[in-house]
Amino acid sequence: MAISEAEVRHVARLARLALSDEEIAVMQAQLSAILDYIAMLQEVDVSNVPPTAQVTGLTTVWRPDVVGEMLTQEQALANAPDQQDGMFRVRAVFDE
Amino acid sequence: MTELHHLTVTAAHAALAAGDLTAVALTEACLARINATEPLIRAFLHLTPETALDAARAADERRRQGRSLGPLDGIPIAIKDVICTNGIPTTAGSRILAGFRPPYNATVIERLLAAGAVLIGKLNCDEFAMGSSTENSAYQITTNPWDRTRVPGGSSGGSAAAVAAGQVPATLGTDTGGSIRQPAALCGISGLKPTYGRVSRYGLIAYGSSLDQIGPMAWTVADLALLMNVIAGHDPRDGTSAPIAPPDYTTALTGDIRGLRIGIPREYFVEGMEPGVEAATRTAIEVLRELGATLVEVSLPHTRYALPTYYIIAPAEASANLARFDGVRYGFRAEGETMWEQIEQTRGQGFGPEVRRRIMLGTYALSAGYYDAYYRRAQQVRTLIKRDFEHVFAEVDVLATPTSPTVAFPIGQKINDPLAMYLSDVCTLPINLAGVPALVVPCGFSEGLPVGLQLIGRPFDEATLLRVGDAYQRATEWHTYRPDLPA
Repeated sequence: MAISEAEVRHVARLARLALSDEEIAVMQAQLSAILDYIAMLQEVDVSNVPPTAQVTGLTTVWRPDVVGEMLTQEQALANAPDQQDGMFRVRAVFDE
Repeated sequence: MTELHHLTVTAAHAALAAGDLTAVALTEACLARINATEPLIRAFLHLTPETALDAARAADERRRQGRSLGPLDGIPIAIKDVICTNGIPTTAGSRILAGFRPPYNATVIERLLAAGAVLIGKLNCDEFAMGSSTENSAYQITTNPWDRTRVPGGSSGGSAAAVAAGQVPATLGTDTGGSIRQPAALCGISGLKPTYGRVSRYGLIAYGSSLDQIGPMAWTVADLALLMNVIAGHDPRDGTSAPIAPPDYTTALTGDIRGLRIGIPREYFVEGMEPGVEAATRTAIEVLRELGATLVEVSLPHTRYALPTYYIIAPAEASANLARFDGVRYGFRAEGETMWEQIEQTRGQGFGPEVRRRIMLGTYALSAGYYDAYYRRAQQVRTLIKRDFEHVFAEVDVLATPTSPTVAFPIGQKINDPLAMYLSDVCTLPINLAGVPALVVPCGFSEGLPVGLQLIGRPFDEATLLRVGDAYQRATEWHTYRPDLPA
């Protein structure tokens, strides 16, 4: 199944990946080949087969509701590319 | 005594316990070997020689005082770079995590440190553990110690090459679709992918969260058992960690596999498998029969669908997991005029081609209009694959198969053909989808390059796998061969 250039651009936007025109073209060819291969799953009869999301059999694991160890603000900020007043600093989210 | 850098964990521990060796001497021997061989192998992304020697001195002091912490006390170990180490650079082989120093240790690291292990450095891998050759690392190409023009396999290629080159007696790798087992096979060492949930994933940088497991890599199965005794077990910090107490794995190593039923699934002897690989695998299976096991031909009919199923589920999970890398809280940040442009440039420049490809594939499979056709269907086929294993394990105790259809391939051969690279894991992917454990042991050579036998077990029955692998190693010598390195 071929994926169109417009679809590749749409998915790149959903994934927040900046790709050059050349990278878009390569991605289109490679994703199309992979999707062609994956299409073989359409031949499997999956009627009445429940999906498996995980294999542990565990459901809704809770821990006791008590305060435990956690990172300090300083530790949490230690790797930040930019910070200000104890917070992560980014470019403006909204226009002025 | 064998050269220090060729010692197994078991032999090194015996020498330490007998007072014939100190942890400092062993650590210095590893560091010297790393210095001598790294120009050829390039397994390490980061070394911690000073803290390693401090830890070795502390281990020696404990031993002098009769307070040794056990078999790993004073043993040098190195860690795949997708596992967080407090204050020590952890990059996952990605440019987007350049300079990142985690503010905490993964649970497996805490457990190794509490057992006295000497952490010696961080090992190269495919970026975010995505790949089968370690060529997807943003930093360097690791070579195969048996032939430096070939790949060590991947994604835990650094972890496999470091053991094979004698740089360190044991390492941790991770396995999402074969990333411990395929490089172990290609480098001629042993490796275990535990049952999903057996080893805590806390502090493991997530790739495919329903598939990822951390596991040990070393020369022998006996060594793997020593490492499993330390790293396995429930962890309240990992919600998928199984609340099932692990056994003492060393007691499983009885050498006796008489009466065990071993299944040979016909679907794993795939078309295109190299004749030398098939021959070595079948010879190894014959050894198991001679040791008293009963061989049974079995069928896992949905095996051929494992690869397409994996390449929907793993990228889908990856696309969600890797959404956190936005250049805001840690790692690399690119320039951009607006917040979104900055994030898109950070991700576009920070991720390499394979990671971008899987994020795209996963985002596509999860996007509106495609979810049912791709993701939901893949999850349904996953159920069928899991049921195949349930059916067959009602009949047999263990499965024996090839690990990789080929021996180590030349560097550069598959890097521009993603699908050819994915096919490298055709014998290992189904195991992660089913969540069961699998062990790889060296079982011979084809054209001078190592071949590995894969043994697959019931959920949480690593003990039986280790028993079979250990019995095999008592009967064979493949795990005693060492590559001839100029250093």
